[in-house]
Amino acid sequence: MIFNNKRKDSDKRIVLHFPKRLVDQPIVYRLVKDYDVAFNILKAYVTPQEEGLMVIELIGDDEKCQKAKDFLRSCGVRIQPLSQDVRRNEAKCTDCGVCVPICPTGALVVDNFTKKVLFYENKCIACELCVKVCPTRAMEVRF
Amino acid sequence: MAKTIKEINEKIKNGQVVVVTAEEIIDIVEEKGPKKAAEEVDVVTTGTFGPMCSSGIYFNIGHSKPKIKLGGGKCTLNDVPVYSGFAAVDLFLGATALPEDDPKNQIFPGEFKYGGGYVIHELVSGKDLRLQATAYGTNCYPRKRLETYINIKDLNEAILFNIRNCYQNYNCAVNLSDKVIYTYMGTLRPNLGNANYCSAGQLSPLLNDPYYKTIGIGTKIFLGGGIGYVSWWGTQHNPSVKRNELGIPVAPAGTLALIGDLKQMKPEWLMGTSFLGYGVSLIVGVGIPIPILDEEIVKYTAVRDKDIVTQIVDYSKDYPEGISNSLGQVNYQQLRSGKINIRGKDVPTGALSSYSKAKEIAEILKDWIKKGDFILTEPVAKLPGAESGYTFKSLKERHLNF
Repeated sequence: MIFNNKRKDSDKRIVLHFPKRLVDQPIVYRLVKDYDVAFNILKAYVTPQEEGLMVIELIGDDEKCQKAKDFLRSCGVRIQPLSQDVRRNEAKCTDCGVCVPICPTGALVVDNFTKKVLFYENKCIACELCVKVCPTRAMEVRF
Repeated sequence: MAKTIKEINEKIKNGQVVVVTAEEIIDIVEEKGPKKAAEEVDVVTTGTFGPMCSSGIYFNIGHSKPKIKLGGGKCTLNDVPVYSGFAAVDLFLGATALPEDDPKNQIFPGEFKYGGGYVIHELVSGKDLRLQATAYGTNCYPRKRLETYINIKDLNEAILFNIRNCYQNYNCAVNLSDKVIYTYMGTLRPNLGNANYCSAGQLSPLLNDPYYKTIGIGTKIFLGGGIGYVSWWGTQHNPSVKRNELGIPVAPAGTLALIGDLKQMKPEWLMGTSFLGYGVSLIVGVGIPIPILDEEIVKYTAVRDKDIVTQIVDYSKDYPEGISNSLGQVNYQQLRSGKINIRGKDVPTGALSSYSKAKEIAEILKDWIKKGDFILTEPVAKLPGAESGYTFKSLKERHLNF
């Protein structure tokens, strides 16, 4: 799975898991200040007494983004590529397509020929809108 | 040259039958013309796979020792209430039933994670289900409590009974308000944010037989992966709605009541489903064969998505208030293109009924017939038709006098 790892490391849309001890520390601002990397916060949760979770998109050149990610890891933040967050349970999906107009990024589209619903994980920003509208709960969130 | 169902059945038995799906017949009729197509093709198979709330099962659990009379008592399956108002051990479970402790829409929109549709799916999957019942006790049925697991293989009878299915056309739902709404047509975003529709269109059974010339009471069908029959017309059957020049209703029209042996059915064709803020339902796979008796019937089966139009209906105000109002007409080819234009705005579309699964069902039924495993039946009675005057009435509310 070397190919996969390589792809993950170049991902700029990432999920950050902050362990409990880091939740009260200002970390992401240093990405801008020290690493010259801008970011767009797609989603953030901080659960008191538990862990923090943030989904961000890094904006900057590859090398700077890589250094920023190394810095986050050195602080104890666990990094996961975003595409792993929402997955489709193929056994449950009926290819109805009710999720298609709900998806803001076009990650869910109907194949014109087969009429099956395609899920492009690389376009998914894990907004989770599809998760709740899916009638058979085929779209699953995995952290 | 007209054919009879008996002649087609002979061909099925001899292995000479020609069967195609309702999608394949379109090109055949276009290329060869209806006359030749009617001579060459014997059966066209249709299919649909969409949520249908008016679905349920009835079953007989067998007598316990000592005996208990559940009729008049209370009963749940995996905490979902089951109707027991029959004899001692006959039960009915509807697709939309919810566990008593489900928060429903108290925290809006409710998630409706479990209910009748899921119980039916689990029963068909062969899972053990928890039955808990209380009864009042009689001389002949002394027991007052029963708690046990039940499994489909141990039940005497288990029957799927769909009091309404196979809607002949359905609304395209939109939301004109400025707030998101949660409906049985899915989540509808404000200000025409999306448009949802629910029909297999050119594959849908009653859209391929718009005047119910071959589909009637007693027609043998594919139901939930097993064999079933049309048992009656469905509730809210409304054959008198306006039709286009091809005879296709331009709004929801005819419906079917379906019945079949649950023990033969497969979990992939009978799935529990939830609509955010609305409730639980059951997705039912149905396939109906249409015998090509003559040229007229083959023409009906050649219907294309672009020939079938439906009405765009506002579900924020018009639908809930019972106001009959259409925001415009749209055909299924436009709906399946991914976006339609309403009041000058491009609106993305979403389907609730799976076209690809409907196609799979039509293919399975085609295979069954080709292999000789599925013989067609002659309907024993007709459904009320377009000229019958039969209509769908609203409730006339009257004051109660005490």
